Amino acid sequence: MRASATPMWRTISGFWHVYSRVRKGVLGLALVLFFFAAAGFASYLSPFDPTKIDASRTWLPPNSLNWLGTDWFGHDLLSQMVYGTRVSLLVGVFATLISAVVGTMIGLFGGYYGKRFGEFLERVIDFFLVIPYLPLIIVLVAVVEAMEIPIPVLWVVIFVIGITGWSGTARVIRSQVLTVRERQFIDRARTAGAGDMRILTRHILPNVFPLVFANAVLTVAGAVLSEVTLDFLGLGDPTTVSWGMILHLALSNNAVYRGAWWWVVPPGVAIILLVMGFTLIGYSIEEISNPRLRERKA
Amino acid sequence: MFCICTCHLVQKFHLHCTCILWRSHEDVLDKRHVTLRARTVYLAKKAGYAFLTVLVVIIFNFLLFRVMPGDPARLLLPRGRAIEKSVILSMREFYGLDKPIGTQLVIYIVQTLQLNFGYSFYYKAPVASVIAASLPNTLVLVGISEAISILLGFYTGAIAGWKRGKPFDLISTSFGLVFWSMPTFWIGIVLIMTFSVWLGIFPVTGVRTIELIHASFLQQIADMGMHLVLPVITLTLVSYAEYMLIMRNSLIDVMTEDFVLTARAKGLTEDQVLKAHVIPNALLPSITTIALALSFIVGGALQTEIIFSYPGIGMLTWQALQFRDYALLQGLFFIAAVLVVIANFAADIIYTYVDPRVKLQ
Repeated sequence: MRASATPMWRTISGFWHVYSRVRKGVLGLALVLFFFAAAGFASYLSPFDPTKIDASRTWLPPNSLNWLGTDWFGHDLLSQMVYGTRVSLLVGVFATLISAVVGTMIGLFGGYYGKRFGEFLERVIDFFLVIPYLPLIIVLVAVVEAMEIPIPVLWVVIFVIGITGWSGTARVIRSQVLTVRERQFIDRARTAGAGDMRILTRHILPNVFPLVFANAVLTVAGAVLSEVTLDFLGLGDPTTVSWGMILHLALSNNAVYRGAWWWVVPPGVAIILLVMGFTLIGYSIEEISNPRLRERKA
Repeated sequence: MFCICTCHLVQKFHLHCTCILWRSHEDVLDKRHVTLRARTVYLAKKAGYAFLTVLVVIIFNFLLFRVMPGDPARLLLPRGRAIEKSVILSMREFYGLDKPIGTQLVIYIVQTLQLNFGYSFYYKAPVASVIAASLPNTLVLVGISEAISILLGFYTGAIAGWKRGKPFDLISTSFGLVFWSMPTFWIGIVLIMTFSVWLGIFPVTGVRTIELIHASFLQQIADMGMHLVLPVITLTLVSYAEYMLIMRNSLIDVMTEDFVLTARAKGLTEDQVLKAHVIPNALLPSITTIALALSFIVGGALQTEIIFSYPGIGMLTWQALQFRDYALLQGLFFIAAVLVVIANFAADIIYTYVDPRVKLQ
């Protein structure tokens, strides 16, 4: 299978060698690792139990005991922020796994099979590209929640974001497959007796994989934003501690009009940094795997 | 927001080669005829796809609200309240619920195409008239901020792409990336906290001040303008980032093309290369991307309206969610989808005029 491996990706160390020179990529990776560490060591890092209510300490601005202050209920906001990282990463990663699998499969089949089936899939991709995304997930989550299926709301959110967020990936993969399938080694593989499935999985997939990966990383960024927005709209699980829920509670308790900036600013900054981290990584991988985008050293 | 990554891969366009095609020796009149027919065929195909998309949205709506357990007629009425039997019966009749599922679907499609979305129990009015009352507000908000963000985004994006790697590029790209990573509603919150609560410059919410109802026409217009400033800034910031990054990447893509090298070799000045060769070609893929970006702008408008209590269809969507007014929610989803489909179709039409190759296909 030598022919199908992209040279750049031959070894991880080789990739890292190239990647470590892309400054924005390293910055993105540092940001993302920071949040993964916060999520992993949440129980060590947070000074208080994020759900503990201290009625004597409400509406406090940042102070020596509560570094990020407290909310209307008397929760310690720093602890809530640290634990909230878990939800954002959980939703981002799992929703993206669903999107990446669905998007790659539809993109592969849509690009590989011309004719009826491929054209049908192209229409499906276009449909999902055109449909207004946020109204779609709002309607889906609202309907699934109304069905009162005994699944945690968080998984409903993951599932809905996952099955709706694949269209961008599918489009990119499809257009890449369209060019890869015309290459000579595909013809040769077919002459050698390889079936469609083998060509797709062993020859075409490895060639589009860098794109799958770059898109998946970018999809995480979108999924994190979607989760926060659903929480803000009140479609999230009110019992989980998440960044979106912190903002939702801040709004519904009038933090904006009472000037409680410490309740509003940190979650927003954390969201920006995490989303930016994933976006920077995605752009960097895309840049490395697509030479057209690389800066020409004059 | 997922679509932003794809702009790198938008197909390249070579206007220059089509110019040669144009100068072929065919009869000009004959070519016009051919061109017109080709465009009609092309647009008819696109119109067909657009209609198909609308149809699929209707079927999606139909299936979605029948997947839910319980009597659909009951579901479209308020929960936890005693409903008169006659109301439920009239709902059954409206949706044709006693008929087989295929007939129900046909009834539903016909009714939706006639803009008959049923009855909103919360507003106690037909869904269509509730939506029609809020739609102009949304169109004003989206229209103004899109116009600003497209012009500003394309302008700075083009400069950033042209001066790739220079300080201007780094600064504007970083700003673009930060705004792109912000949840829209959070930008709104921060603006309200700074300019309304803290500095007290702009009114906090709504579309007009009630006390001014007897004021002069000009005063009312000025008042509405003041109410619009913060929502417009919010929506502009989000979409500006998207357009700037799209234009920048599109420009960088075009700049690697051979014809740019040729133009330089011909001895054109940098300014001529940029204005005559790079920007026209970079604009082409951007038209499609604007249309696609709209499906995310709808989400941005929704969040902006909610944060500022701006009475458009986004605000309605939120209220429909709060009160579980599913008939209204269904109608709103349909309208939002149709608006984006129409915008995409409009982009296709514009495309046939801007890109000569589409005419000749």
